[in-house]
Amino acid sequence: MANKSSPEEIRIGVFVCQCGLNIAGTVECEDVAKFAEELPNVVYSDFQKYTCSEPGQQTIKDAIAEHNLNRVVVASCTPKMHEPTFRAAVQEAGLNPYLMEMANLREHCSWVHINEPKKATQKAMDLVAMAAARAKLLEPQMETKVPVIQKTMVIGGGVAGIQAALDLADAGYHIYLVEKQPSIGGIMAQIDKTYPTMDCSI
Amino acid sequence: MADAGRHPNIELLTLSEVQRVDGYVGNFKVTVLKKARYVDEKECTACADCLEVCPVVKPDEFNLGLSTRKAIYQEFPQAVPAAFVLNMEDCLGNEPIACGKCLEACEKRCIDYDDQDKEIELEVGTIIVATGMEVYDPTELDEFGYTQYENVITSLEFERLINSGGPTEGHLIRLTDRKQPKTVAFIQCVGSRCEKRGNPYCSNICCMNTIKDTLLIKDHWPEVQCKVFYMDIRAFGKGFEDLYKRSMAAGVQYIRGIPGDIYEDPKTKNLILTAEDTTTSELKKHEVDMVILSIGVVPPGDMDNTQQQLTLQRSADGFFLEAHPKLKPVDAATQGIFFAGCAEGPKDIKDSVTQAGAAAARANRLMRSGEVTVEAITSMVDPELCTSCGICARVCPYNAIYVDTKKKTPAVVVEAACAGCGTCSAECPFGAITMRHFTDEQIMAQIEAILAENAQDKIVAFACNWCSYPGADLAGTSRLQYPPNARLIRTMCSGRVDERFILKAFKLGAPIVLVSGCHFTDCHYINAVTWTQKRIEKLWDKLESLGIRPERLQLDWVSAAEGQKWARVMREVEQLREAVTAKEIEHTKRVITEDMLKKRTKKVKAKAEAVA
Ligand code: SF4
Ligand code: SF4
Ligand code: SF4
Ligand code: SF4
Repeated sequence: MANKSSPEEIRIGVFVCQCGLNIAGTVECEDVAKFAEELPNVVYSDFQKYTCSEPGQQTIKDAIAEHNLNRVVVASCTPKMHEPTFRAAVQEAGLNPYLMEMANLREHCSWVHINEPKKATQKAMDLVAMAAARAKLLEPQMETKVPVIQKTMVIGGGVAGIQAALDLADAGYHIYLVEKQPSIGGIMAQIDKTYPTMDCSI
Repeated sequence: MADAGRHPNIELLTLSEVQRVDGYVGNFKVTVLKKARYVDEKECTACADCLEVCPVVKPDEFNLGLSTRKAIYQEFPQAVPAAFVLNMEDCLGNEPIACGKCLEACEKRCIDYDDQDKEIELEVGTIIVATGMEVYDPTELDEFGYTQYENVITSLEFERLINSGGPTEGHLIRLTDRKQPKTVAFIQCVGSRCEKRGNPYCSNICCMNTIKDTLLIKDHWPEVQCKVFYMDIRAFGKGFEDLYKRSMAAGVQYIRGIPGDIYEDPKTKNLILTAEDTTTSELKKHEVDMVILSIGVVPPGDMDNTQQQLTLQRSADGFFLEAHPKLKPVDAATQGIFFAGCAEGPKDIKDSVTQAGAAAARANRLMRSGEVTVEAITSMVDPELCTSCGICARVCPYNAIYVDTKKKTPAVVVEAACAGCGTCSAECPFGAITMRHFTDEQIMAQIEAILAENAQDKIVAFACNWCSYPGADLAGTSRLQYPPNARLIRTMCSGRVDERFILKAFKLGAPIVLVSGCHFTDCHYINAVTWTQKRIEKLWDKLESLGIRPERLQLDWVSAAEGQKWARVMREVEQLREAVTAKEIEHTKRVITEDMLKKRTKKVKAKAEAVA
């Protein structure tokens, strides 16, 4: 993998997602994929109907193997949604998960420029070009694992806080239940009967 | 409640408030201030001997001032812990000469006037935010006369009135003559669903709460007439419609229309409501004995503190914002923190319990695995380039960098403490700090890609990962339309946006550069965003001195909940872009190139001099 002493050849694969019509309804995904073929270091580029689906992810894995890809650009939705999905996919195909870069063609493009398909396609191309330029320079990263303390702090001793505390306490964790007032109970304790069963609140 | 009090795994910290939270998922360090109770929590048997002798009489907060309590008291009979509490502000004096009666009365000797507030340090792996809600104060709606007429009360006050443990032991009375009312009116949506006063959102619980109250009245006192004035009755949950029907069948009158005003008959103290029934367009007067304002739910007053301590975000309604409305409805954007109950938005008891269970399950899932992977986005110092100037250590919000400026040893990053905001990297004057996964080269490459062609048409926009980027996402999921000229570069924090990135963009012909981060209260990296602001302000001066219009560099704060604002900012920057002329861009390119050259020669000279 990327190593300063022996620079490997960067081989980028670009996967343009149509998201059904969510992206393809505005952006010409095929044109974007074709455009990406011409970008520096891109050796593979295609579009899929749903890149996050099982077959979509398989396409990525197969392409990594077949074209010897060492960087991946997925041009689809926000990384907030599927970055973990695609990181896992490239990892299964033997790449470090940090060698995958996303371009957001949906939330930041097709959905917000519905009436300007030409300009949206142009923007999509730019977003892919940016992602590919960044991908080229990505380096593998090692995530660190840290231990998790087996204790929880619950802030607020109302009905929700009490319930969460009890559930976790029953599961065996130590709970600190922090309450401002002299007693737990919150607003619930002030209420007489509660709907829909009309029974007492405490 | 009692279960929580006696559970061996639950440590109750009452009269306690979180002061400070450090650390990260799996390893939070929390400082809690536990206020003095002045009564030994373990020893007190709640015998109430002290209460009898205490001469102080104060309005009882738990009963919303509808009854009184002593200076030493129990919040309510089922309180957990049951121990009494002494309110030092109300107490006559902790010197025996002043009073000291309770001390004498207490056989078990559990009263201690010298009890002190304590700071407690906790270490926890996960945090559940269940800070709840407060009720809306209807004082500002003077048409309802809440502060003017005694017989106008809120729904929460009504709860205390009819509670068997409450001030009237459950008898339904009105306050002026302490007689049972003949007619009771409920007014819905008080402080809710109004753009001008109160809150624009639906408080979720008030319709059903009123329906429940009418049934309680009808079950105990069938002769009492009930009228409910409403906009819509929202009875959408399981079993809710049944209760609504039961209430109507019991004779409760539902009138669609909110009264415009309320007047009191000074003699009878009855209240006269004028309301249009919008189903018949009839304007009618209604005389009733008592009015109950069905008040809405608001975020608690101290929510700002919790927000800042835990670096959480809030949605437009003021409640906490979840990481994703459908996929992660109980997770905060900060890993290891979860929401339960009204902290995230108004909800009833059933939904609060359901959500609490979900939050517990999410926390359990994290803790059960025993370890968690943290993203590899941290800073690295190149000791060759570092001059030990100490700037990075000064700006780091987490004190994650150590530099000995006297001994001139290079900066050292404590990786476990570094949260990856990138501020140090942006501020280091010597380019000695590299951010993993967000390197200078990677970001520069993105800028170059944007401006490679038709630079004059494009806006280079930097958006932070926690607020502005998801804010732009929200504009997308909401299908808000805006001009397609901006190209977004995501960084973890706006604090990562180096002055050199911006100058580079201008040098390559960008007409407009936008930097967008979190609001100061939302900053995911404590206060990193303040460095963003300082840096941009400095840069504005610099641009001006170079003869570049500072407006071409825009700074904005857009939260994850502000999709609307993002779309507006996009329209504004596009307007600004249209005003930038080709000549201006050429001039900018030239002066920045010259300025960079000048700096470089200066540096080379300085180095040469240093060597000599
Ligand atoms: S990857 Fe994202 S854009 Fe593509 S199909 Fe899945 S959800 Fe839609
Ligand atoms: S010392 Fe204070 S709390 Fe005790 S009886 Fe006197 S006034 Fe009440
Ligand atoms: S700011 Fe840069 S040069 Fe100064 S101490 Fe930190 S790493 Fe070294
Ligand atoms: S990246 Fe942020 S948190 Fe990490 S050392 Fe630098 S300033 Fe501190």
